[in-house]
Amino acid sequence: MSDNSNGLVPSSGESDEYAYSAGAGLVLSDAIADPGIEPHRVRMTDKSVKHEKAAERQVSAMFVISILGSIFAIFAYFFWPLDEANLDAVRINTMFLGLGITLGLFGIGFGAVHWAKTLMPDAEVSEERHQTRGTEENRARAVEIIKLADSESGFSRRKLIRRTMYGALALFPLPAIVFFKDMTTEANPVEKLRHTMWQANKRLVQDPSGVPIKAAEVTVGSAFHVIPEGLIEADHMLGEKSKAAVLLVRLDPQDIHSAKEADWGYEGIVAYSKICTHVGCPVALYEQHTHHLLCPCHQSTFDITNDCAVVFGPATRALPQLKIGIDAEGYLIAKGDFEEPVGPSFWERKAN
Amino acid sequence: MSFLKRKANSARRSPFAAAIVIALGLLLSGGGYAVASGAVTSANASDPYKSAANIAAGKKLFLANCASCHGQNAGGTSAAPSLIGVGAASVDFQVSSGRMPGQGSGPQMPSKTPQFDDQQVIELAAYVASLAPGPEVPSDAAVMANGNAERGGSLFRTNCAMCHNAVGAGGALTEGKYAPNLMDSEPREIYEAMITGPQNMPVFSDANLTPTDKKDIITYLTYVQDHKSPGGYELANLGPVAEGLFAWIFLLGLIIGITIWLGAKSN
Repeated sequence: MSDNSNGLVPSSGESDEYAYSAGAGLVLSDAIADPGIEPHRVRMTDKSVKHEKAAERQVSAMFVISILGSIFAIFAYFFWPLDEANLDAVRINTMFLGLGITLGLFGIGFGAVHWAKTLMPDAEVSEERHQTRGTEENRARAVEIIKLADSESGFSRRKLIRRTMYGALALFPLPAIVFFKDMTTEANPVEKLRHTMWQANKRLVQDPSGVPIKAAEVTVGSAFHVIPEGLIEADHMLGEKSKAAVLLVRLDPQDIHSAKEADWGYEGIVAYSKICTHVGCPVALYEQHTHHLLCPCHQSTFDITNDCAVVFGPATRALPQLKIGIDAEGYLIAKGDFEEPVGPSFWERKAN
Repeated sequence: MSFLKRKANSARRSPFAAAIVIALGLLLSGGGYAVASGAVTSANASDPYKSAANIAAGKKLFLANCASCHGQNAGGTSAAPSLIGVGAASVDFQVSSGRMPGQGSGPQMPSKTPQFDDQQVIELAAYVASLAPGPEVPSDAAVMANGNAERGGSLFRTNCAMCHNAVGAGGALTEGKYAPNLMDSEPREIYEAMITGPQNMPVFSDANLTPTDKKDIITYLTYVQDHKSPGGYELANLGPVAEGLFAWIFLLGLIIGITIWLGAKSN
């Protein structure tokens, strides 16, 4: 062992056996001794008056910066006032106010820390930690107090009181849960998820202008953002829009790979729900050559030539298609509501 | 007089009379047409996209720079689409932004330093426009940013923002494609992109977005280009990902730096 290259020699020298003790995982006979506190290092500010004076000046300089910052913030408030008509003024106002307040606070903080580190005493002091377990005497006294409280209150003895109290505690949150029922006023709220504003003969109109769309105006390669006619005036406009929004594109009929898609469209014009079946973001990023529809939130990608089947991403269902046709004046109309609920899955939705 | 009389009398039975009259008639109508069409040509001389000289020069440029991919007659090949009917606006957009001629195949042709000067772009556009009618380069009045910026913002958020970002900072599409940043786009480029639908962008015809709508959108984008964010530095307007990354790397780094300084001993 004496030629051990690491230079460590077992303290006892008896054997290589390890000593064990309760609480400590493992005690090695050649454990490294507690090195104690690092020797105190004298700072330059302790050694030389010049450095001490410099540190003093630095700390005061920090506080002076803080003073100037606070004054600057007050000055900036008046000198660069907010002007609602000019957003550039808002930018300059917030920037200089923020700069002044930041300097005001940072100067105090940096000054205080620098002061403590360079000029205040820095002698190392160790404070031993004690065990958290109380003395036997204290522990016995605590048990005594609890037992006394139990016998005086009769908590263990009076079972009727104890059990009714448990019941009261269990029931008191229930009214709050029942109140959740008021989050919808509908008798059957699930029906709201199943239906949208679309119905037979309702015209497709442009979002946001409300102008109806003629089939002849929808050229190959174009994308129209569509809402049902009357949506703009509807009650709960945004709620209805979040279900009824539709994307309308015209494809070359030869590109459509689904007989149902071609049948539900009108001469290559197809309308699909814009609400992603994953978590309901608006799927509106249409690529006119790849015919991909991309959802910007989680990159679910739908193939608009194949009934909007999912080709990539977390969505699991195709986008629902809206059956469309034209009216006597040549405007595009819906032939009814979507045949399945739009948007993400919900508890009562049947799997398909 | 007697000469004319005699001539008329003698010609009455001439077998060539009918032929001469027909020939004269053809000559007059043909000459008249030639004069009239000459007048049309001179009226179009002011439109550089219809000038015969530009079309001829454009054809030479086309054969030298574009035909290897788009075909000798611009009918397209397996490498590139047909340019029949894409119009002058499409050529002006693609060539003046440097997207065309492309440097290599890839998911998307990037914008780069233009290879041709303004006159050459006009010549190429004139040639492609001469092949078949298509969208024309918009007039300066059509692209002037003097519309309604508020209405334009609403139209932009409905029709453009899903790909180009709410303030036109651009964004990613599928399989390496992207919607470019619009912060340096000129009004004419924006208008041409809407009417031609370059690469995978859909076309926004005048029935979809009327010329007034297009002008409003251009006005909105010009406003956004000219007005810096009131909230200070906008981190390229890329939204929560860029902002979160900045906070994690720079602000958290600053906090860690201060913490180390707090714990370090003074010299």
